[in-house]
Amino acid sequence: MNFVALRMLTGDRAKYLGLIFAIAFSTFLLENQTSIFAGIMKRTGSQIADVIDANIWVMDPATRYFEETKALKDTDLLRVRGVTGVDYAVRLFKGQPVARTPKGNFSAAIVMGIDDATLIGAPRKMILGSWERLREPQSIVIDRGGYQLLFPGEPYQLGRTLEMNDHLVKIVGISDAKAPFASFPIIHARYSEAVNFLGRERSQMAFVLARPVAGVTPEELTKRIEAATGLKARTTDQFRWDCINYYLENTGIPVNFGITIAIALIVGLVVSGQTFYLFTVENLKQFGALKAIGVTNWRLVGMILLQAVTVGFIGYAFGTGMGAAFFEFFGRQIATRGIILMWQNAVGVGVLMFLVVIGASLLSIRRVLVLEPATVFR
Amino acid sequence: MNAQPTSQTAAVRCRSVHKHFGQGDNRIHVLRGVDFEANRGQLSFLVGPSGCGKTTLISVIAGLLDTTDGKVELFGENTEDMGAEQRILFRRRNLGFVFQQYNLLPALTAAENAAVPLLAAGVKRQEAVDRATDLLVKLGLESRARELPNKLSGGQQQRVALARALVHEPRLIVCDEPTAALDHATGEAVMELLAGSAVHPERAVIVVTHDNRVFHFADTIAHMDDGRIHRTEHRN
Ligand SMILES: Nc1ncnc2c1ncn2[C@@H]1O[C@H](COP(=O)(O)OP(=O)(O)OP(=O)(O)O)[C@@H](O)[C@H]1O
Ligand SMILES: [Mg+2]
Repeated sequence: MNFVALRMLTGDRAKYLGLIFAIAFSTFLLENQTSIFAGIMKRTGSQIADVIDANIWVMDPATRYFEETKALKDTDLLRVRGVTGVDYAVRLFKGQPVARTPKGNFSAAIVMGIDDATLIGAPRKMILGSWERLREPQSIVIDRGGYQLLFPGEPYQLGRTLEMNDHLVKIVGISDAKAPFASFPIIHARYSEAVNFLGRERSQMAFVLARPVAGVTPEELTKRIEAATGLKARTTDQFRWDCINYYLENTGIPVNFGITIAIALIVGLVVSGQTFYLFTVENLKQFGALKAIGVTNWRLVGMILLQAVTVGFIGYAFGTGMGAAFFEFFGRQIATRGIILMWQNAVGVGVLMFLVVIGASLLSIRRVLVLEPATVFR
Repeated sequence: MNAQPTSQTAAVRCRSVHKHFGQGDNRIHVLRGVDFEANRGQLSFLVGPSGCGKTTLISVIAGLLDTTDGKVELFGENTEDMGAEQRILFRRRNLGFVFQQYNLLPALTAAENAAVPLLAAGVKRQEAVDRATDLLVKLGLESRARELPNKLSGGQQQRVALARALVHEPRLIVCDEPTAALDHATGEAVMELLAGSAVHPERAVIVVTHDNRVFHFADTIAHMDDGRIHRTEHRN
């Protein structure tokens, strides 16, 4: 009887396509919104994830997330270095000066001042030039998003200059830094020079980046650092989650996305549920005939579920295809780079849409189960 | 009038069957003590004015409705004693249906529609469709077997429905107004096929009809009015 169920489903072209469209569209909307939400949330820790030389971030206990930091004292660096199990620990400056081009374009920028001696924390994914050239005087590396923002429409080219707080610096490399939360340029410079870009002379050590010796896990070392120094120490992953949680708790972003996602879900549920329900109800006469002929209720339930799962799967496949195409395109755009359709979202939305079609079919199954087969004579 | 049929040949036997619909003030007493028999090897007509309970009676006989009171026996078995599942299986094995509105599945071809009872019984698709096609050939629909119902005329659709009623070789076929939607010539042709192909020594055929133009096909005619069988004519 399975082929009968599938024929009933595809026999009514308009409704069949309508169902697929409804499910595909809800799938697309849900995958799209949840992925963008997750992508934006992930961006809150982009600069943390970009540091691959160190896996422990030490900060003032008052620092809750990356964007807003309370400065550490210079002595804190030495204290961290003194903790047993620390392989190395280096300073990291973070500031937000305004960068200007000779033509007069300007933008606030995220400046990361990395340890002069080791260049730990330098961007490793380079599009042009090299991070080792940061050793040159008055040199910076800027990310491609920032470059395009400050030099719109111009080809990537080294040697261009920027001015920050009356300091003229030269671009020696263009990095492929992960997109930041706010679309500011990401500028890497040596610590000793970066502190001058802000025009304030006092210490601006935002973080100490550290790494454990072999045999000590980062988690273990963070505990030791916290115990020994009274500072806050987080692993890269922990710190990224701190940032995400901070934004979840302190901004309207989750509520906004939550509303959109809820609407997408409700519309998807109502539209596909309604269409499927109507589809079954309009076929009641056919189901009645099958009942009279001696098809059992179980068989009919199986047929309806097969129909539901089939449209659900096809609709989901189309929706996910649309979603993948969307992110394939926008993931390459400079402003939306790195926002991808994560498999977790695709799977989650898949489970959800599965529940939607099953839910919709349960409603209509009820109608079929209580259907008097004698109605076929009417 | 002929003698009463012997119990040996009775395929369907109803004894003082009552059927109510609804509750309280809305309660209507549709079947008011029906005694009815249909024999193997015969075409039994059930006739009577609109609303007298003909459809209700054959629904009860077919096991699609429960009686309120009375006894219905099919081939010596009391269907009321069966469980729900058992009754469905009994129906699937022993009954064929022809409806006034054909009730074909619009998405299936003629042959697939005719094959539905076999499919329901678990026969493999190919075999079921082949057997149904053979039957359609016998019913003169050779060239239409792969068409969808909406490509067929009313008479052709009713012949497909007839094939569906016959394909699993049931022991009882019930037809509710099989010619009512057809013009006279087509109705006559369908009845001719029904009489020719459905009647079989081991099978009883019950036809509900208003259409006195086809009465000459009947072996017996039970006249029903106001929820009772008033008289039964035995012909031929
Ligand atoms: N499910 C039901 N609920 C309530 N009343 C019903 C139901 N089914 C039938 N009836 C009533 O029972 C009476 C007999 O109906 P039935 O369909 O058996 O008549 P019929 O002899 O087949 O009529 P027709 O020739 O018009 O088809 C009618 O008054 C009808 O309204
Ligand atoms: Mg009727």
